[in-house]
This record gives sequence, C-alpha cells and structure tokens, in this order.
Amino acid sequence: MRNLMCSTAVLSTVLLLSACSSTKLDESKTPIEDRSANQANASTDPRSVATVTAPGTDPLNDPKGVLARRSVYFDYDSYIVKEDFKPVIDAHSRYLGTNKSRKVIIQGNTDDRGGREYNLALGQKRAEAVRKSMSLLGVPESQMEAVSLGKEKPKATGSDEAAYAENRRADIVY
Amino acid sequence: MQTKSLSTIARLGSAATLAVILALGGNSNANAQLRVEISGVGANQIPIAVAAFADESIAPQQVSAIIKADLLRSGFFKIIDVGTAMSETTAVNYGDWKSRGADALVVGSVQRLADGRFDVRYRLFDTVKSAQLSALAQAATPQMTRVSAHKIADDIYEKLIGARGAFATRIAYVTKAGREYRLEVADADGEGTQVALRSNEPIISPAWSPDGTKVAYVSFEAKKPVVYVQDLVTRQRTVVANFKGSNSAPSWSPDGKQLAVALSKDGLTQVYVVNPDGSNLRRLTNTNGIDTEPQFSADGQSIYFTSDRSGGPQIYKMAATGGDAQRVTFNGSYNISPRVAPDGKTLAYISRRDGRFQLFAMDLSNSQELRLSDTAKDESPSFSPNGKYIMYATDTGKRGALAVVSVDGRVRHTLSTQAGDIREPTWGPFMK
Repeated sequence: MRNLMCSTAVLSTVLLLSACSSTKLDESKTPIEDRSANQANASTDPRSVATVTAPGTDPLNDPKGVLARRSVYFDYDSYIVKEDFKPVIDAHSRYLGTNKSRKVIIQGNTDDRGGREYNLALGQKRAEAVRKSMSLLGVPESQMEAVSLGKEKPKATGSDEAAYAENRRADIVY
Repeated sequence: MQTKSLSTIARLGSAATLAVILALGGNSNANAQLRVEISGVGANQIPIAVAAFADESIAPQQVSAIIKADLLRSGFFKIIDVGTAMSETTAVNYGDWKSRGADALVVGSVQRLADGRFDVRYRLFDTVKSAQLSALAQAATPQMTRVSAHKIADDIYEKLIGARGAFATRIAYVTKAGREYRLEVADADGEGTQVALRSNEPIISPAWSPDGTKVAYVSFEAKKPVVYVQDLVTRQRTVVANFKGSNSAPSWSPDGKQLAVALSKDGLTQVYVVNPDGSNLRRLTNTNGIDTEPQFSADGQSIYFTSDRSGGPQIYKMAATGGDAQRVTFNGSYNISPRVAPDGKTLAYISRRDGRFQLFAMDLSNSQELRLSDTAKDESPSFSPNGKYIMYATDTGKRGALAVVSVDGRVRHTLSTQAGDIREPTWGPFMK
C-alpha cells in the first residue's frame, strides 16, 4: 500500500512538473542544419545526434587534404603536366568550381641554369600548362592567372640534380 | 664559321695581373663601393705621364687620381707617375719627358670659384710632336668634381686613341644581399654608387632611357613580373606593362618614344611595343614558341630578339614594325641575350657551349664569332656607348660580379662588391 502511495506521489510530481515545464520548442521556427552524412535514423530516433559543422572550416586549410598539395613538378626540358599531378589539378579545379569568389595565381619556376629572361619565359610555360589543364576542367579565366618567377625565387639552392628538380615547379597560390 | 679562342689573346697581352682598389672616398657610400680588378690590357699601350694637379686637394675628389685610374682601366695607357704637381701654366721641357719614356703629358689645376664651384683646368701635351694637343676648363659643383675628372680623361682618350671616351658615363645594375634587392647607379668606374630602388622582391632587366634620366626595369614586388619606368631624378614610377601574366624584357627605342617588351598576356611569351606611359600596345611577333629579349638597333630600324621557334633559343632580327625575321645565330643550340653595338656592326650575346654560358661577339658583316670569356655563368651583356667595351655579369666562384672586356677580348677588368651578388648590368648613354 505504502509503495503504491509513494509511486503515485512520485508520478503525480512528475506529472505536475511536466505540466509546469516551459514552452515547447516549435521546430518550424528554429531550423537546425543537419550536415551528417547518414540521416537514415536521425529523424526517427530521439537518441540520434546529427553533426553541425560551423561555417569557417575551409577544406583548403586542411593540412591533410589533397588541396594542401599546391605544387606541380616538371621533368627537365618538359612543359607537360604528368599523370602524378592530375589529382592536384582535379582537386583545385573542383574547389574553384564550388568557390566562385576564389582566385589563384599560378607561379612557374625554373632551375638556375641559363639566362634570366629566357627562363622567365620557360617558367611561364609551366604555369600555363597548369592553367590550361584547369581550364579544360571548367575553371574560368577570371579565376586564374599564370605568371612566371623564372629562376629568381628558387626553393632549393645548390647545383645538384635534386635542387634543379625542386625548382622545376609551378605553384598554385590562393 | 670561325671561333677564335681567348687563351691565345690573353697570353699576348700583359702577363701581370693588377689589382687596383679605388679608395677615392668622397661622397660615395663606403659600404657600396665596388672593387676594381684589372686582369688584361691592350696590345699597345701609350706611355703617358700624369702630374698631380696644382691645389687638387681643395676639392672633395683627387682629380689626377681619377684620370690615372680611368686611363689605366681603359687598357690602352701605361701610366708614368710624376713626383710633383704641375699646373697648366708650368713650362714644359719636352725632351725631359721624352727621355723619361712618356709620349704624352697631362698637367692641370683646381681653383675654387666665388660661387663655390671648382674650376678644373688641364692641358695635354704630345712630347714626340713637342706640341700641345688639347686644353679644357670645367667648372662644376664639389659633388660633380668626379665628372670633371672623367671628362678630362675622355678628352685625353679621344685625342690619343681617336674614339670617344666613355669614362663620364654611368652604369646601372642590381645587387642582392640577404633578402634585399637594390637597383643601383654608379659611375662607369664603380664609384659614386646611389640607390634607385630597394625591394624585398627581385629586380631584373634594367634598361637606360636614351637620355640617361630614366631606367626601365622588371620588378616582382607584385608577386609577378611587371615592367616599370622610373625617373631617377624625381623618383616617379610609371607602370609600363602589367597585363595578365608576365611582363618583362624592356628595351627603349633610340628616340625614347617606345619600349619593346616581352608579354605572356596572350598565352605564350611574345614581343610587343608600347609607349613609356603604358599606352598604344602593339604586338610584333606571332609564333608558337617563345619570343623574348627584344633589343632595338641604334638606328631604330630593327629589333634583335631571342626565339625558340626552331626548337632551341636562337637570335633573330626583324624590322622594328614586326614581320618576317631572319635568323642570326647558327653555332650551338642555345644563343640568347642579343645586344647590338652602337655602330650596328657587332652583336654581343650569351651562348651555351659544353654546358657553359659564355659571352660571345659576332661580326655581323661575316658572322665570324669570338668567344670573350673563360667563365661558365655569364649573363646580360651591355655595350659601352662608344662600342669599345662590353660589360656583363659573371660568377667569380665566390659571388656574382660585373666584368668588362674590350670587343677584341684583350682588355679586361672586374667590378665586385664586398658582400652580396651584383648582376644585370646596363651601361648608360653619353650625357652632357
């Protein structure tokens, strides 16, 4: 008997409390952005948690993402983008496609052998090769500029093949 | 096509290597002083006695020392020192000087004028003919005493060699020390250096305007190459070319009204001409390769340039209005950086032979070429305005330096800084 009275008391307390609870949330006025990939049971399961990604986390800044790769390297005397670098071209092209306000300057470089002006033109060919590849994937002219630094800003100093190879490079700069 | 080698010529010249450190002081920035090292002289040298000028110590520069250094550097004179000062009114005993081995004698004086300027007077005597050859009087401000001395050396050179002297000319070049790049202007002897531009980004391809008051150059301060023209006197800068892509290789037309440039705005690097204020752009070349390094000839009728339309870079010539181009270089697979002598008869350029980038000169009447250096990283040749010498950038092994060589390869000296690299020289025009 006593237990029953306690349970009733507890129950009535709970009912009273629930009756005095604050206004119910009107879900139609407060939308929650649901960015979780799998929404299968989200709406139905009250214990599910859907992830919100706050604005400001740009894939461009992810050090582990493919967009972190900004350089395309070239073989000696070559101005063709190698297969190895197609993923880099693809990734940046897609990013520029979805982020129309972003622009890139593509800077071509050469190793330090030869004249400054001729090397400026060779570096331009490297930058242009990258720009052309991105243009073929749909990136408009207005979002890209291909320029050359020639042999003026080498990343690696030294007169060995490793240094030369490091400088035969085009960089995608945001 | 014959290629003469340098070693034979070097052996015929003077065996001695003379190191001349010019410490003429005065108003130049001591840190930026260039060190001159002479390593070659002409086949024939005129023995000339140069006396100290009377009262020359009242001026900020020692005039006779500048004259002696100029004549020595030219490679055509052997300097005979005179113990005492001799003014232009001193009586000259020709027999005396002849027996001392002097074919010519230079005397003079310096006087302060009422308005603060210095009047420098001089006379040149031919001891063999026993006659006076020349006399000059120059009044100039104290800071310009150097120029007065250079003009006297020019006069001596002209009277005894028969060609116009280039001692009173200036040079411009780029230095790199640490992260700083500077465009500097100096006298042709490396003295009196002044800074025209300081930048944390590279500067290349400086080019003097024909009147010697402006320099065009390429600056990377905007993170891409852009062509500017800077008025040295007013410091005013104008953007000549900042089209999409790279803008470079400025070259003035002889009348100063146009600049030829290399632009990549239409995809590949090609040659264009434009007004110094950036207006009136016209395209001159239209190939599927690289066309760059345009250079107007002295008569303004032609443009020499580098093109790899045949596979590798070679030098071509076209009319200044564009059109068909004729190939000029055929030896070797890599010929760049054409520069034409003021008389149009010689072409200086850089050629890669056996992996070494070396200065060459070609006689344009018969295409005969002469290798002018023994180094491996030569760049950027520039003729003196009298066409007698070529200045170029070289690598001494320790650092980048400037070298000067006479067109026949005999006379040579280098100009280097104490720290940092010096490169991209351009020899300025004759000025009043």
